[in-house]
Amino acid sequence: MADSPAATEPLLKVRGLDKHFGPVQALYGVDLDLPSGCVTALCGDNGAGKSVLTKCISGVYQLDHGQIFWQGQPVHIRTARDASRLGIETVYQDLALADNLDIVQNMFLGRERLRNGLLDEDVMERAAAKTLADLKVTTVRSIRQPVASLSGGQRQSVAVAKAVMWNSKLVMLDEPTAALGVNQTKMVLDLVRRLRDQGLAVMVISHNLNDVFEVADRIAVLYLGRMVVQDNLSAFDRQDVVEYMTTGKLGRTAKEAKSGAS
Amino acid sequence: MARAEAPDLPPDPTAAVEAAKAEVPPELVAQSLGQYARAWVARARAGQSGMLPVVAGLIAIMVVFQAISPNHVFLSAGNLVNLFQQSAVFMVLAMAETFALLLGEIDLSIGYVGACGGVIAVQLVQPVTTNWPWWAAIIAALGFCAAVGALQGTVITRLGIPSFIVTLAGFLIFNGVMLILLLLGPFSGFPNLGAQSDSVKVLYNLMAGTIDPTLSWIGMAVIVVGLGALFWMGDSRRRRSGLVAPPMSLTVIKIAVIAAAGITVVAICNVNRANLGTLEGVPWVVPIVLAVLAAWTVLLGKTKYGRYVYAVGGNPEAARRAGINLAMIRTIAFALCGFTAGIGGLLYASYIGGMSNNVQGGQLVLFAVAAAVIGGTSLFGGRGKAMHGVLGGLVIGGIYNGMYLQGLDVQRIFIVTGLVLLAAVTIDALSRRGASSGNSARV
Repeated sequence: MADSPAATEPLLKVRGLDKHFGPVQALYGVDLDLPSGCVTALCGDNGAGKSVLTKCISGVYQLDHGQIFWQGQPVHIRTARDASRLGIETVYQDLALADNLDIVQNMFLGRERLRNGLLDEDVMERAAAKTLADLKVTTVRSIRQPVASLSGGQRQSVAVAKAVMWNSKLVMLDEPTAALGVNQTKMVLDLVRRLRDQGLAVMVISHNLNDVFEVADRIAVLYLGRMVVQDNLSAFDRQDVVEYMTTGKLGRTAKEAKSGAS
Repeated sequence: MARAEAPDLPPDPTAAVEAAKAEVPPELVAQSLGQYARAWVARARAGQSGMLPVVAGLIAIMVVFQAISPNHVFLSAGNLVNLFQQSAVFMVLAMAETFALLLGEIDLSIGYVGACGGVIAVQLVQPVTTNWPWWAAIIAALGFCAAVGALQGTVITRLGIPSFIVTLAGFLIFNGVMLILLLLGPFSGFPNLGAQSDSVKVLYNLMAGTIDPTLSWIGMAVIVVGLGALFWMGDSRRRRSGLVAPPMSLTVIKIAVIAAAGITVVAICNVNRANLGTLEGVPWVVPIVLAVLAAWTVLLGKTKYGRYVYAVGGNPEAARRAGINLAMIRTIAFALCGFTAGIGGLLYASYIGGMSNNVQGGQLVLFAVAAAVIGGTSLFGGRGKAMHGVLGGLVIGGIYNGMYLQGLDVQRIFIVTGLVLLAAVTIDALSRRGASSGNSARV
């Protein structure tokens, strides 16, 4: 088994995960560690299996073989609900926000607080405001504005805040900076760092190596359904990651020896 | 450092949002009354005016028809009460349709489903046949309408057939059912509310029966004070806790407008409007419409179910991922739509004084959709309120009534109503385009 770079037991461990769809094998014996207080970037070319791996962890897909360990204990995550119950939240690329609802309503969607059978807007508004303040999401002018009126970065921030509001321990972000401008990207990356500083485990799926090298502590690279390398950021330079992503290995023998992957 | 763009990303809804400049509804960040007023003007210019166009339309209707109606009779007490009674069916049917429209669906059957409810109630209270008490007849009628709505909703959600098709079939089916129900009993297809029995009288009085003028004042005062206290306490509690809340002056204005409206309505209704003898007091139909309005406003605005209706209408995928049972929400919405249509049918029967095969169910449903959309409810789902149906119903009733006073034929009334609907839908579509909404690209 691959050694975890973190000294303690990682929050979530995936071991030997196989997943196929009919005759198509999407993942072959994938291992992955997601330690707390650490941003892990999951890289890989299109079709490498990043999304499938994410969805296996978040309960959308079932594993064929392999085991997921949560805080050292083996767990079975059968539905998205199971994942939420453990403290795993996923922010998909489409964010899943209702444009016609305001920020508070979106953050509490499906988990509304009630008082005497009616919605308790005051409690929800205070809790939403506190979460946004903790994450230093300060650019929104009013948390009662509809999500339709937010910029792309603000929407991403709201989606992340929605995910971390429920005592989450692991947040997985699918391409959080895709389609964002430079300033918006910076805002979201700052937010990712803040999640890490609060002690959460964060996994960021990204194509964008600039973002990866700016925010990640660890990098894991998938290539055609196999986890080809997984190590601390300092073990890589940009060219290495590109090579892993495109060929699944390093051409330079020195590097190969150093990272221990083949 | 230049930012490398990933070349093969799918089009993302956030891109459209980013492209459009982010518009914050200005009244949310306004702190004083002056800022609110400016925010309101800014919103109206941006085409996101909510109820502003319909209120302006109502004022225009009043001014124009008062000026041109013979003997300036349009704003007389008698005609205004009559206008409200004519509009009441449209209002209630529009509130029914709002449930379907909020989900981005449509229910074309409510005209005849409501009419079936009306026929059932009228038939059941007939002393010479079943002679049911009025409350049992009403429960049976509304139960039937709710069950029909639930059935259509089930077909729409479970079988995945578009609501347009299912309810178009329902439109025909319940036209037929209504004709069959009419032929039951010894009334040759024309059961009426002329018989002398208490239950028949209750149904007859739903529309025309009046409340004693003194009681009208007391009831109005109770409602205004109650609503005023609710708004006042709610807003000041939110202000104290530092939550988003309007300034105190706006709360006062809101309460003053409600009080003024209440006093105006009761004052108008308490004028003796009979040519001979006495006819005064608030007609029963006013509190009935207000009760439906209040119930559906609370349901849509203050309950989990209402929140989910908006969520499903705004982004079904987001609602599904939030663990909301979409099929359940939709089916209940169609049941509520049918139920409310039943109330409209009862009012219709009461207004006509019976039921006959003259019911224009198709026209009723189109006016109901028109009223909801004219009032500000979006045809594309996710935006709308029960209040919109009431205001839109008044607009349609006002046009109908005003043109009728001019002695204009029904064909011209249709044309004008159609043009008003077209204008309302245009405003809806334009405001969606103007709004920086990610969804607008999809519609």
